[in-house]
Amino acid sequence: MQSDSLELKIKTAFQRPAFNFLSFGVVALCLLMALPVMVIVGYIFVPAGDVWQHLADTVLKDYVSNSLLLMLGVAIGVLVLGVGAAWQTSMCDFPGRKIFEWALLLPMAMPAYIIAYTYTGLFDFAGPLQTLIREMTGLGYGEYWFPEIRSVEGAAIMLSLVLYPYVYLLTRAAFLSQSICVLDVSRTLGNGPWRTFFTVALPLARPAIIAGLSLALMETLADYGTVQYFGVSTFTTGIFRTWFGLDNSAAAAQLSAMLLLFVFILVMLERISRRQAKYHHTSQRHQAIVRFKLSGLRGVAAFSFCFVVLFLGFLLPAGQLLYWALTTAEESLDLDFLILVWNSLKLAGLAAILALCLALFLGYANRLQNGWLVKTAVRVAGMGYAVPGTVIAVGVIIPFAAFDNAVDAWMDETFGLPTGLLLSGTLVALLFAYLVRFLAVALQTVEAGLGRIRPSMDEAARSMGCKSQEIIRRVHIPMLKGSLLTALLLVFVDVLKELPATLILRPFNFNTLAVRAYELASDERLADASYAALTIVVAGILPVILLSRSITRSRHEDTT
Amino acid sequence: MKIQLEVNNASIAYGDKEVVNRVSFTLQEGDIGSLLGPSGCGKTSLLRSIAGFEPLSKGEINLQGCCVAKPGYMVAPEKRRVGMVFQDFALYPHLTVADNVIFGLRGETKKQRSERLNELLQLVDLQHVAHHYPHQLSGGQQQRVALVRAMAPRPDILLLDEPFSGLDVELREQLAREVRDILKRDNITAVLVTHDQLEAFAMADFIGVLGEGRLRQWATGYDLYHKPADPFVADFIGQGVMLAGTVTGANRVDTALGMVEGSLSANVADGDRIKLLLRPDDLLHDDDSPLQLEVVDKAFRGAEYLYTLKLSDGSHVMCLVQSHHDHAIGRSIGVRVHADHLVTFPAD
Repeated sequence: MQSDSLELKIKTAFQRPAFNFLSFGVVALCLLMALPVMVIVGYIFVPAGDVWQHLADTVLKDYVSNSLLLMLGVAIGVLVLGVGAAWQTSMCDFPGRKIFEWALLLPMAMPAYIIAYTYTGLFDFAGPLQTLIREMTGLGYGEYWFPEIRSVEGAAIMLSLVLYPYVYLLTRAAFLSQSICVLDVSRTLGNGPWRTFFTVALPLARPAIIAGLSLALMETLADYGTVQYFGVSTFTTGIFRTWFGLDNSAAAAQLSAMLLLFVFILVMLERISRRQAKYHHTSQRHQAIVRFKLSGLRGVAAFSFCFVVLFLGFLLPAGQLLYWALTTAEESLDLDFLILVWNSLKLAGLAAILALCLALFLGYANRLQNGWLVKTAVRVAGMGYAVPGTVIAVGVIIPFAAFDNAVDAWMDETFGLPTGLLLSGTLVALLFAYLVRFLAVALQTVEAGLGRIRPSMDEAARSMGCKSQEIIRRVHIPMLKGSLLTALLLVFVDVLKELPATLILRPFNFNTLAVRAYELASDERLADASYAALTIVVAGILPVILLSRSITRSRHEDTT
Repeated sequence: MKIQLEVNNASIAYGDKEVVNRVSFTLQEGDIGSLLGPSGCGKTSLLRSIAGFEPLSKGEINLQGCCVAKPGYMVAPEKRRVGMVFQDFALYPHLTVADNVIFGLRGETKKQRSERLNELLQLVDLQHVAHHYPHQLSGGQQQRVALVRAMAPRPDILLLDEPFSGLDVELREQLAREVRDILKRDNITAVLVTHDQLEAFAMADFIGVLGEGRLRQWATGYDLYHKPADPFVADFIGQGVMLAGTVTGANRVDTALGMVEGSLSANVADGDRIKLLLRPDDLLHDDDSPLQLEVVDKAFRGAEYLYTLKLSDGSHVMCLVQSHHDHAIGRSIGVRVHADHLVTFPAD
């Protein structure tokens, strides 16, 4: 037994807080993940010369006003669609409700730039709708009015149609977890369903609604594909133009910093409302919800609302893509397309595995060492989800290029061997950017999984004679399996959909599905882009299925 | 009888803060001990140090005569042969009841395992749910699975950390008695941690009352109630009030209730100013008694009423009366003191 004492001494020495290898590793990793943002913020103080003056004189005002306008439009859109759909599916009963509950999440699978170009194909001058109008009325070009889809309003509608599920999900969860008694009290005090909704349910769900709204707005700010395709000048397109057009990295970084300020406000908003959400539960126990039965006209109205949202956000664009795909099957399904698929799978798979490994490392570090240092570091490493891909790309390429140049110069000088580009323009840079942006997704899932393994379960295993490796093998791995697969899948699909960072950082001549779809659509070859787009959408449906399954499961547990 | 567990002057400290202070007790083989105290008294820390999850800052712990913990030294929990039942049961959600129960069995053949499993499930009457998962069981069933899982490897000692606190109040006492029967049948030595004295009374042979990290008294439930060692124990166990008084001659104490007679312990002397502990059952209802006291409060307990009565100096005493004696608040009732053994503490 004496030998154990040594083991213990080492262990307690290791557990003594302050400084050790584990926390050193965590802090180093978190600094690495924060590097792009730190670079961007650091550039605030670097003079960008007259380019900045030029920007301020000409386009900056447009960037700001368009971004704000877009956010306003999306805010209105996602609130109406998200809260409306959430209330109807959680509190009311009407034909088709059970299907709408999960189907209303489907638009999440549709990246905004893809829905944007399908709608363009449908509503453009040459599209089927306007052609139909011309044929029926006999009017020609310019003789009738039709809303211009390629505009700020159009972009706001496109983004609303695919981003409302954020609000829908969180608001629905809030409605379902509200103590039904609170609503019953309102009814017994003489308020009808509408009054109850506006005076009780909505204020109680406000933190959740605001949290969902801020997530949707973060995505709006991060969007590049839609606004670029519609020719709307916002921060993200401005950063691209400054970077590639004016070739001024300092100015691009400073635009990114301005964009980050907007994002920062949204992150704060989300954090604060999430914290408030905890206090908005007045009672823990809640019975099964007695839904308002909507029959007759009211049932038809509720059905129509949900159906129109689902139709416009998913069925119509997906149908159009499918139609295009079927008509172009022969010329599109070739070796190039297979290479494209392989590139995307490889990239997304690698990023997902790396993100999972890092998330596991951070998750376990946090579990083993519950100090403030590790905790803060883990939080910082998970902040990337809020940073737009464009900003991350700029923040990655600047330090990587500087590193490459420095190494190249030094090697050339000392050994006469120029090394050229080592990191920038390679898959390393791209993978790094993906990790910065999507580590949070994996981390959240892994931490939720680890949270289910309560400390007492480890202790029970130890008291029954298990050593650490055995606990990992017999308790942790079986209990974590599901979370790990979920984390892999979520990161995989997010990487597959990612556009702006890939566009900036990809190696020369390296294409992915997202990039190809975007390029073909930009060249007005909408139908040719459909295969790549459809593949992304189909992959995007997988996490939606997972999400809806976890929703039904949580409801099951409520009823038992 | 051999000594199974010996806790010797054990202290536990978190940083500078000592949460357990020089606690000593022993348990014989087959004894069930309980650590009882209000939350934050250090009882769980002490149990966890016996299990091997907390290091000692002073003293030592011996299991079956072997030292398993002393300052700077502790045997890993997996090598101590202790079984532990956790407050949240810590059942593995990915394993069936049967797999949970045999989790800790190692080295046995398949046949031996299934025999042990059947034996244990029979013990707690859960054979019919052997292939269910923990979330399909009721709280009481989960509790019993956790118990037999800890018992399965035949540990030298079984530790139970508030094992009934997650259950309905009605279930607790019944389960506590059931668990006691099971442990006694297998002659298992056990330590139960609880804040609920009825649970401790129902289960334990010996109870240690902990207050602010110190072991105040190690005794049977009967002795804790009738011979509390200090005011903390007197206050924590059962109900009662302290009356100021003066010792007046042999076995007589002068209080606001009048002269109270009963045997006094040897360490009080004539003329000492003391506090006298009066339990509600030390006062008997007697309509003919010359001592008439005003009812200021009453609580219905089913078979009895617990009356709170006011004395002439304004202090209160409590009295248990059969519930067909229903007296209104504000009326006076007659009582007399009936205590064989007087429990006194020095006045502050």
